Amino acid sequence: MSLLDLRHMSARYGASQALFDVSLSLEPGQVLALMGRNGMGKTTTIKTICGMVRATGGQISFDGLDIARLPSFKIARLGIGLVPEGRRCFANLSVLENLTAAARPGEWDFARVTRLFPQLAERQNQMAAILSGGEQQMLAIGRALMTNPRLLILDEATEGLAPLVRQEIWAAIRKLKRDTGMAILLVDKSLSELAQVADRAVILQRGESVWDGAFTDLSDAVAGRYIGV
Amino acid sequence: MNRENLINTILLLALATVPLWAMANDAPYTITLATKVAIFALAGVGLNIALGLGGLVSLGHAAFFGIGGYAMGILASHAQNFEPIMQWPLLIEGSKSMPVIWITGVIASGLAALIIGALSLRTSGVYFIMITLAFGQMLFFFAISWPAYGGEDGLSIYIRNGFPGLNTLLPIHFFGICYTLLALALLFSAKLAKSPFGLALNAARQTPARVEAVGLSPYRLRLTAFVISGMITGLAGALFADLNRFVSPSMFSWQTSGEIMVFLILGGVGRLYGPVAGAAAFIMLEHFLGGLSDYWHIYLGVLLLLVVLFARGGIIGFLAGRQVAHD
Repeated sequence: MSLLDLRHMSARYGASQALFDVSLSLEPGQVLALMGRNGMGKTTTIKTICGMVRATGGQISFDGLDIARLPSFKIARLGIGLVPEGRRCFANLSVLENLTAAARPGEWDFARVTRLFPQLAERQNQMAAILSGGEQQMLAIGRALMTNPRLLILDEATEGLAPLVRQEIWAAIRKLKRDTGMAILLVDKSLSELAQVADRAVILQRGESVWDGAFTDLSDAVAGRYIGV
Repeated sequence: MNRENLINTILLLALATVPLWAMANDAPYTITLATKVAIFALAGVGLNIALGLGGLVSLGHAAFFGIGGYAMGILASHAQNFEPIMQWPLLIEGSKSMPVIWITGVIASGLAALIIGALSLRTSGVYFIMITLAFGQMLFFFAISWPAYGGEDGLSIYIRNGFPGLNTLLPIHFFGICYTLLALALLFSAKLAKSPFGLALNAARQTPARVEAVGLSPYRLRLTAFVISGMITGLAGALFADLNRFVSPSMFSWQTSGEIMVFLILGGVGRLYGPVAGAAAFIMLEHFLGGLSDYWHIYLGVLLLLVVLFARGGIIGFLAGRQVAHD
């Protein structure tokens, strides 16, 4: 049984339909890259999985449970950790407080998060609002890990970061894949980095999933046609 | 120790020192004033959990203050008249014991806060303010039209309620009780603010959607905070009624809600000791300016304007010189 299963999912923002027919599935321990050009529905797909946008059709199940009608906090409690686009830490709390506020029982605690991102330990008493972009991203990932998820969703986790910091984030994602049994759903534009970590890929085009397969099967022609590389 | 902690310590010590000085100089009224500060500060500590931590602008906290007061009034009046409160299906008698009255007042205020919060927290902004105000006013008019407990005239209690091992008729003993409860409430409030619950509540105040994304319900966080807040304010109400040995519907009035909020804004919303500084400033203004003019509220209004315009962190923020998220 898949950990996450989307079947013919559709969603809309008011009168405007954003997703028409998105299907994908993700097995435990697998890394799935959700790809597509800007505005094709990647972030909306993630928001719909997390209950922030209501699905208007189709099915969303997590670990066999229908989650399409659940409020977002209940979906998160089932074990879906989200690192949202633009980081969005709790700006008025310190690093330690950000992590403490999100903590749920499990293997991930402050010590383990700071082993993954040692910078967070050094900055633990600093307010999130005054961290660098890279540190905020590490904090956003750390905060999601503190919820002890079975599925971690990262939406554009390396966007707008300096090359060295991006490398650190990618190294952390690879380490998560190697050392934990956590499933990961990734949205990112860097094909070369995704190639090192993703097992499978799903490509979205105008709110529909148009390609689904092993990442190694993703040909240059397909990438050129749907992603523009 | 940072500057704010130093100011907090000085404030707490000063509040303890004034009644001791008054006792040495045979000035019992000053002890009563200090007791009033401690009680109002306690009510402010309650509101600070809802407003300062949770961002809930409640104009109905007088409801909990009044419920605490009436819990004292009802229990004590039945005890002094040797009449049970009810005989069937259970025999419930009145009480002159402060701990029994506090527990009753805290539970009753907590239940009221649960009902009021469960309904009002489904709204936000101005609607939340209006609903909490409406609940407060409903209880105000209910108390006015409740002849069994004095109606509009209120209810007098002849002898202050008792506390084991203390003579509560002595102002300094009663001050000691109120001061201890205030110190405990401040300690609890400090621990709460740094607990995972308090941190999540603080985060939910600014970004509720992000809190949901980590598996927490902002509604439940706020409702819990509102109930805790109501319980502490209810305890303050029970003490205030015992201080005056009198309860009246005015404890439920919107002016009382406004006054508690004024203490908080004066002292510093979201600052742990803001309610203490605010209540002390309010009582001092009332005492000193009230002696000069019946219209002392005008000066209070000017001070409030100055604080809001130039000292967003209130008295504590102004003295500590360090901004927090609320300022």
